[in-house]
Amino acid sequence: MGEDRFFGSSLTILRRFLFRILAVGPIPNHIAFIMDGNRRYAKKQNLEQGAGHKAGFPALMSMLKYCYELGVKFITVYAFSIDNFKRRPEEVQYVMDLMQEKIEGLLKEESIVNQYGVRVYFVGNLKLLNEPVRVAAEKAMLATANNTNTVLLICMAYTSSDEIVHSIQNSCQEKWDQMQASKVNGACNGDICKQEKERCAIKLVDLEKHMYMGVAPDPDILIRSSGEMRLSNFLLWQSANCLLYSPSALWPEIGLRHLVWAVLNFQRNHSYLEKKKKQL
Amino acid sequence: PRGANVRVLAVVLLIVVGGAVGLRHASELQRVCRFNNGFGRGDTESLSLGCSGENCVISLGQSCNLGLFLLWHILHFIVTFWYFALRIANALESCLISSGLLKKYKALCSGKIQCLAIVMDSKDADQTSKVIELLQWLGALGVKYVCLYDTEGVLKKSKEAITGSGRFSHAKSSEEAAKTDPLLDQEIITVEFASFSDGKAAVVKAANLLFVKYYLGGEQEEPILSESHVAEALEAIGCGGPDPDLLLVYGPGRCHLGFPAWRIRYTEIV
Repeated sequence: MGEDRFFGSSLTILRRFLFRILAVGPIPNHIAFIMDGNRRYAKKQNLEQGAGHKAGFPALMSMLKYCYELGVKFITVYAFSIDNFKRRPEEVQYVMDLMQEKIEGLLKEESIVNQYGVRVYFVGNLKLLNEPVRVAAEKAMLATANNTNTVLLICMAYTSSDEIVHSIQNSCQEKWDQMQASKVNGACNGDICKQEKERCAIKLVDLEKHMYMGVAPDPDILIRSSGEMRLSNFLLWQSANCLLYSPSALWPEIGLRHLVWAVLNFQRNHSYLEKKKKQL
Repeated sequence: PRGANVRVLAVVLLIVVGGAVGLRHASELQRVCRFNNGFGRGDTESLSLGCSGENCVISLGQSCNLGLFLLWHILHFIVTFWYFALRIANALESCLISSGLLKKYKALCSGKIQCLAIVMDSKDADQTSKVIELLQWLGALGVKYVCLYDTEGVLKKSKEAITGSGRFSHAKSSEEAAKTDPLLDQEIITVEFASFSDGKAAVVKAANLLFVKYYLGGEQEEPILSESHVAEALEAIGCGGPDPDLLLVYGPGRCHLGFPAWRIRYTEIV
């Protein structure tokens, strides 16, 4: 027991030292994770259906810990896609129950949220979730609203195409309300003159303001476990200048070495990506 | 003597390789070092000034920083060496594939790829002859529809040069692509050119179109927009090409550089 603790604490010291070395170069501000491979892991380890998702949770916690120790301020995780609702109802229900349990666990004293002062956002079309999960999510968002150190964005019932549609809808609604308000004030005449039409046009900043992910800057690295090379409708709008990394490890098997490799590649390509960002 | 010769050869090879990797590493990291946090050039200058001044004592903090700096460089040197070795291995594999020795590459079922997209850096896009060569290779593999993308639109400017040089037809809109003569279909590759303005800016235009159509259209109830509305609007603008099955990124990092977001939902990005 004593030996394990000594081993554990010496690993922590080594890890912190490694992070100090990495910190000589640029550290990403925002890392996004697609937690893929839980079901394949369950099959590989001959676990029961759904146990793969449960095994993925400690991997998530340790990745969050490493990222926050490294100095990454924003972390986004793809917890549940709108496409995943098409899976078998028992599996969907299992995942929903697991998420509710874990969200409630986040609010406890000893959780990672309080250790690192994490502000939690639940990003996505929350109306599609069932009542208990939605309530737990809203409670978690309210409870952590005052934390300012780091930010965790959990994408639930999210797809990028839904986000874009939602943003367009909200921008249109906002413009409509603005137009109605200015009609009341008498600023617009019955015929909308050309200048007013231009002012009432939707611009890129309006769309970006209404995106679910508008609360965070664009990600610097997007890590998808299990080696798949697709984005699967995740952060398509925001990943224009983001490095994509697909380690072949399944999500429950992901570890520190993958994060370190991703950060080293980020540092190698940093000047190239900065140049690309400035061009836009 | 033969053993000694082999050893000398090995040492020389090691020095040459090490030198090449080191030079590559130094040039790459020269740019990165300008952006590092916490250890700017100012520190090294004060380090040397401190020595020439009255107190030649280098503080512990500065020597720690120097140690970390060196370790960071060593770490990146190892990474650069790894990529160098990987490039050599890939080059060898390419040689073997072209000479036809590797059997598994002989039968490539390219019929599976309906639409292929290519993302390249705008500087590389200037080399039109290389782009044409790439298109010819893709044609030989049997790909029928290629979307070429670069951020600045350099490829759009060399549209005529590229489509004129071979059996390529330019896809102006999806209707025109469907009209291609089926007899000639076997040999012609349809090429689409895209740039940054077909990405986010196109979605903004689509949003304005939807606003005008559904909100200013005079309907009383609040419209609810869905994905099909957005897809229709994008088609109407002319940015509604087919979704690529595969996206090839040519550049130092795997990054899609702003390719139209609506089309790469389930695309494999390599």
